[in-house]
Amino acid sequence: MSETAELPPRPAAGVPRAYEFPAVHRFALANGLRVVVAPMPRLPLVTVLALIDAGAASEAPGLEGVASLVTRTLSEGAGALDGAEITARFERLGTAFDASADWDSSVARLTVTRSRFDAAFALFATVLRGATFPAADVARRRDERLADLAQQLAEPRGLADERFAGFLYPRTNRYARSASGTPRSVATLDADAVRAFYADHYGPSTTTLLLVGDITADQARALVETEFGGWEGNARPAAPMRVVSGTDPKRIVIVEKADAPQSELRVGHVGVPRSHADYLAIVVMNAILGGLFSSRINLNLREKHAFTYGASSGFDWRRGAGPFVVSTAVKSEVTARAVEEILREIDGLRAEAPAAAEVALATDYLAGVFPIRYESTSAVAGALAGATMFGLPDDWFARYRDRIRAITPAAVHAAARTHLDPTRLLVLAVGDAGVIEAPLAAALAALGFGAAERHASDDDPAEMPR
Amino acid sequence: MRIPVETYALPNGLRVVLSQDHATPVVAVNLWYHVGSANERAGRTGFAHLFEHMLFQGSARVGANEHFELVQRAGGTLNGSTWLDRTNYYETMPSHQLELALWLEADRMARLLPAMTQEKLDTQRDVVKNERRWSVDNQPYGTWWERLPALCFPSEHPFHHSLIGSMEDLSEASLDDVAEFFRTYYTPDNAVLTLAGDFDQKAARTMIERHFGAIPRGSGRPPLRDMSVSPTFGAWRREVVPDAVVAARLFLAFRVPPAGEHGWYAASMLGAVLGLGEGSRLPKRLVRELQVASDAGAYTFDLSKGSDLLICDVTARPGVSAERLEAEVVAEVDRLIAEGVTAEERERALALLETSWIAGLQSAGARADKLSQFATYKGDPALVNEEPARHAAVTVEVMDEFARAWLGAENRASLLYVPKADEEAA
Repeated sequence: MSETAELPPRPAAGVPRAYEFPAVHRFALANGLRVVVAPMPRLPLVTVLALIDAGAASEAPGLEGVASLVTRTLSEGAGALDGAEITARFERLGTAFDASADWDSSVARLTVTRSRFDAAFALFATVLRGATFPAADVARRRDERLADLAQQLAEPRGLADERFAGFLYPRTNRYARSASGTPRSVATLDADAVRAFYADHYGPSTTTLLLVGDITADQARALVETEFGGWEGNARPAAPMRVVSGTDPKRIVIVEKADAPQSELRVGHVGVPRSHADYLAIVVMNAILGGLFSSRINLNLREKHAFTYGASSGFDWRRGAGPFVVSTAVKSEVTARAVEEILREIDGLRAEAPAAAEVALATDYLAGVFPIRYESTSAVAGALAGATMFGLPDDWFARYRDRIRAITPAAVHAAARTHLDPTRLLVLAVGDAGVIEAPLAAALAALGFGAAERHASDDDPAEMPR
Repeated sequence: MRIPVETYALPNGLRVVLSQDHATPVVAVNLWYHVGSANERAGRTGFAHLFEHMLFQGSARVGANEHFELVQRAGGTLNGSTWLDRTNYYETMPSHQLELALWLEADRMARLLPAMTQEKLDTQRDVVKNERRWSVDNQPYGTWWERLPALCFPSEHPFHHSLIGSMEDLSEASLDDVAEFFRTYYTPDNAVLTLAGDFDQKAARTMIERHFGAIPRGSGRPPLRDMSVSPTFGAWRREVVPDAVVAARLFLAFRVPPAGEHGWYAASMLGAVLGLGEGSRLPKRLVRELQVASDAGAYTFDLSKGSDLLICDVTARPGVSAERLEAEVVAEVDRLIAEGVTAEERERALALLETSWIAGLQSAGARADKLSQFATYKGDPALVNEEPARHAAVTVEVMDEFARAWLGAENRASLLYVPKADEEAA
């Protein structure tokens, strides 16, 4: 045991086994409903997911949060059934109706055993087609949502995310307010608003049904014809999202949380839409910068300096230009130093192309992990829904791994130079202003930032005059 | 639905569980060490978890953080976690990279200490202190998972103290502690190695022998301290915590038999009746009908030694008093005891558990972790396949009897968070 030379050396990889993303069958009904079926017969389980082309970005000003409230109230009444009865019926089938709205779409889904799928699917269709939105239940769900918002804004992470978006985007931009609305906007929502959004946006022409699991294309077609063939409606597709890149340059915002032991930090700027041609290069570039555990920002802030439990970066992919943001929570005393290190890493990736080995770490990870990500019916359904929402080509998943592996150091460097912009950064900290403000302003002044702005935790930038 | 299971042991005591499934070219490697915060000595709270961090700091032939890098470069995912009485480490790999994961796990099981330095310990100590700030100190209700065990287990009990540890004790941890903990607990005879997914049985056995076979058996870990407690609390325990929160939240705990033992399945089923799904009793009554809560659930803590806890976890609507919240939760529990469970509620719970059971089999990593769990706690990984039947064997009568015996006032512990603003107003 003492001689390491006698030990078996680090093993080489074996021969890779072929992997294929589940084969996909696509068809449409006469009423315009699009259907995607991906058989995964390994276990007796089926996921159905309805993707509706209407998310928070489709909301009218003043009605922020209505898309989300619609999803929360869909199963509160359908035909003659009330919400308690619908819930009970789904649960007796061993499943739950799970619906939520994001920026660009609304989603309803359930996963259930094969033997109970037909019954669960029929009830799923009844709810999606025939939701009645009883006023009392809409009011209850609205008040629950207000409670959630209060919880989120009391929590440093939730508050930091919310305020970062609020200070980053112009007040007139939908992205300045949370996808599920603000306390002010949600408080005004009622059954009329919910019914109007549902009538405008839910219908066969705006919906894609995805069925994934222990089901064949023929079985799926027969079920969908039966349950959705008679669905009618005048839903209109979502309008394209227009986003102005409008952050004030080099701004520091401190949201006060007295005696906080840590600062929740958000550093970033407006990013790019999902449709951007540089998408894959940006994904690889971000993996190197802060997307992986072995990324530059995490290794620097966590493993070198021990400022934090973890630090990461990400581009939030939407039809419009979502934010690029570095997120971490650091001990209050080192807040300024942590921000300096984040800026150093952003500058570093722009200054010089990364080594081939560093790029290979990211591309080999992203390509290799692909089969691990898609072991479950719900993960495959979610991936196919994302591809549908962004209008990706049918062969997206088949070609993904080769395309990721083709990203070069030069492409990563170009993506960093084009899509990371240190002159536009917003630096936001939720923390103890008394401890962090002076060091932060002093450290960043040399980099051309102005004075730090202090805000109370309940200052909502989307509601403030500018 | 049954997970295939093959079990054997190496001469050095390492128990091995193999479970093949070739549906997708993915293999999970999962290693459970039978040690957790319960094994910490006085003055070293948080050490088992800090030690888990050190296992990613390299070993004789692996550099600091290289474990992460090599696995990710191979297209795999990985992590580790520490619990009260076990610590696990796991990788999910593309199947042709199986041997790399085995090599990495074996190197740190056999040869961790040459890579340990004071600098690495100091860094990870600070990382863990930041983890504590992030998950406990700077989070609304963040202290619940150290306050609840402290309330429910006597002060000398191994589950009483904090898993994440106190700042003071973390500061005291030394390299000598690392060496002693490693030699005592990180030995092949105190571990279970599970492979689940796409691998060749014969080749895997050869690889396991090659990398783990020569690691010497430990010198015998100290026996577990006595975990036994009286079957019930004996009286209603209460703790009220004024905190910087916007709404009251109640954790109402009941002492129940250890996870996996005969009576525990009734506790698990009652947890589902009370708080699994929006149609279960607590959400239906408190969220839908009375509208005094925004969220309500119930679950077992899944402790397999001495006793487990069944916990009702209910968050008030802002503005609803903590007293009202507690009264309504207690009223629902009392109603359950008085009126019993219906056949339909039992069927509902079983259907939900069945779906989540099958859904949980989809991932190789989740299958491997379950097998390691049953091998570690029960000595037989194949028992994992009996879980659905053991739940299904719980009749309405058994649940009713259990509720009367275990959910009464003499076996309750309330941990109640109250908004500081309410506290000051009162």
